[in-house]
Amino acid sequence: MKIAVCIKQVPTREWQPRLNESKTWIREHDVPYEMNEPDAYALEEALRLRERHSGEVVVCSAGPARVQQVIREALARGADRAIHIEHDSLASADAAMIADALAPAMAEEQFDLVLTGLQSDDQGHGQMGVVLAERLDMAHSTIIMEVQIQDGSHVRVSRELEGGWFQDIVIPLPALLTIQSGINQLRYATLRGIMAAKNREIKKLPLPPGLQPSQQILALAVPTRSKQTQMIGGAPETAAGELVRRLREEARVL
Amino acid sequence: MILVIAEQRDGRLNRATWETLAAAQMLAGGMPITIVVLGAAPGNVAQELAAAGVGEVLVATNRALDPYTPDAYVMALGGLIRSVLPTYVLLPHTYQARDFAPMLAARLNKPLVTDVTAVTGTGTGATFTRLMFQGKLVAQVRPTGEPPWFVTFQIGAFRADAVRKGPAASITKTDVTIDPTLIRQKPEPPVQAVKQAVDLSQAERIVAVGRGIKSEENIPIAKKLAEAMGAELAASRPICDNGWLPMERQVGSSGQTVAPKLYVALGISGAIQHLVGMKGARTIVAINKDAEAPIFEVADYGIVGDLFEIVPAMIVELEKEK
Repeated sequence: MKIAVCIKQVPTREWQPRLNESKTWIREHDVPYEMNEPDAYALEEALRLRERHSGEVVVCSAGPARVQQVIREALARGADRAIHIEHDSLASADAAMIADALAPAMAEEQFDLVLTGLQSDDQGHGQMGVVLAERLDMAHSTIIMEVQIQDGSHVRVSRELEGGWFQDIVIPLPALLTIQSGINQLRYATLRGIMAAKNREIKKLPLPPGLQPSQQILALAVPTRSKQTQMIGGAPETAAGELVRRLREEARVL
Repeated sequence: MILVIAEQRDGRLNRATWETLAAAQMLAGGMPITIVVLGAAPGNVAQELAAAGVGEVLVATNRALDPYTPDAYVMALGGLIRSVLPTYVLLPHTYQARDFAPMLAARLNKPLVTDVTAVTGTGTGATFTRLMFQGKLVAQVRPTGEPPWFVTFQIGAFRADAVRKGPAASITKTDVTIDPTLIRQKPEPPVQAVKQAVDLSQAERIVAVGRGIKSEENIPIAKKLAEAMGAELAASRPICDNGWLPMERQVGSSGQTVAPKLYVALGISGAIQHLVGMKGARTIVAINKDAEAPIFEVADYGIVGDLFEIVPAMIVELEKEK
């Protein structure tokens, strides 16, 4: 099985947002980055499938030079090699443009299975994987919680629906699946993995010509509160006492 | 023209379609609105929607549309959209729309703006509000290039009862072309995997824990608070993914939707997938060490601080009067 995993580098959960001067994108130079969490689950699922069915796992990422950090991390966790579509303009690119950036190089590889996270923790369009499936002419399914290869020609997946419902779907290979967080337990890189990753190939490729954004960010801002939140300050004991008092006397919910 | 794609299953309309119609009316600015209903047997869904103050309801019946597959929907809607050429194609941001709308827009090489929470302006000049960076930032975006432009709307962001109803619109049968041999997905009937032994939707009070609880060993701290309050214990998705609490206690888009009198969020940052499951609570309390956490945007009472200090103090306070 030749499996691709698409990985995005996103700001960490602890990152406090700061905007650029035109307030159309974040101020990038002091941002701490990490692997997009749903993509980490997609990577783990790919590694488990390789353990069961043999083959190789290829990490595919589109972004500026800094995304090498998460590519290296994926290699350290066990991926065999990587493809990096490198360009500064990809830092703020929308999902459709990322898919178009990845598609030509990924089409050439003729993967059996492509896994992506179901959405990114930065722009959160939740559509890169499905657009990529269309570009690669692969069947797809989304929000996947279980993957089983059948006869090497089909994949049976469990797709999450709303409110605790699931649906099994059988899809012919090659296929693209968007993976839901929590499908498996993540592994972390070992020292041996980190050392081994140093010798693995990262193929850098330029941006395909003629890509256009599909949407434009006119303005970014910190959201304003929709509710009047009463913030309770003071030492922990004082704040806790005051909160309980207000819940009893003001809100009358205790 | 604005085309709204209704969502139905077994002849039952997904209520989120009404929310999308409310958004469509805000966006229209005089543009006529058409609804399309798809399915093998969509029942009375078209009749129900004919009252939505729209120009026309199109009904596309085809056996290949049931059960739902993205391939069949994209074949059917791709042809329809090419022939009616709407300015906008609007959908609710359901799991089903997330499955096929990106493929549909990609096949037509048109932009798709997802999970929109507000619309500013009308017609082709409109801009769309959507959250980014896990709700830490809010963006105004606009699709580029020529229409049709595709937009999905966040569940709960628009009010279904805001739809201005009108005289019954005409219902027109329309043919869609689907080649069943090109449908690659073979779906089986949905099953409810998680037995809802705990019905959180009926709980009067809920104490919910998120990533801020840090480890499984700390769950009893939240449990003790829940007991002192007479509350059910619940959690955000990462906690259930880790197995620290069973899946049946998960609140959010993939878990249960709750509306208790009191909802206490401990160490929950407030990702939108969680907020959609609990923002209907009457009184919301947020305790989080990050003052910028989006949970404070929906909270009535907030404490910025260490839950491991605040929660034990709350328990002491609650037990004083017992």
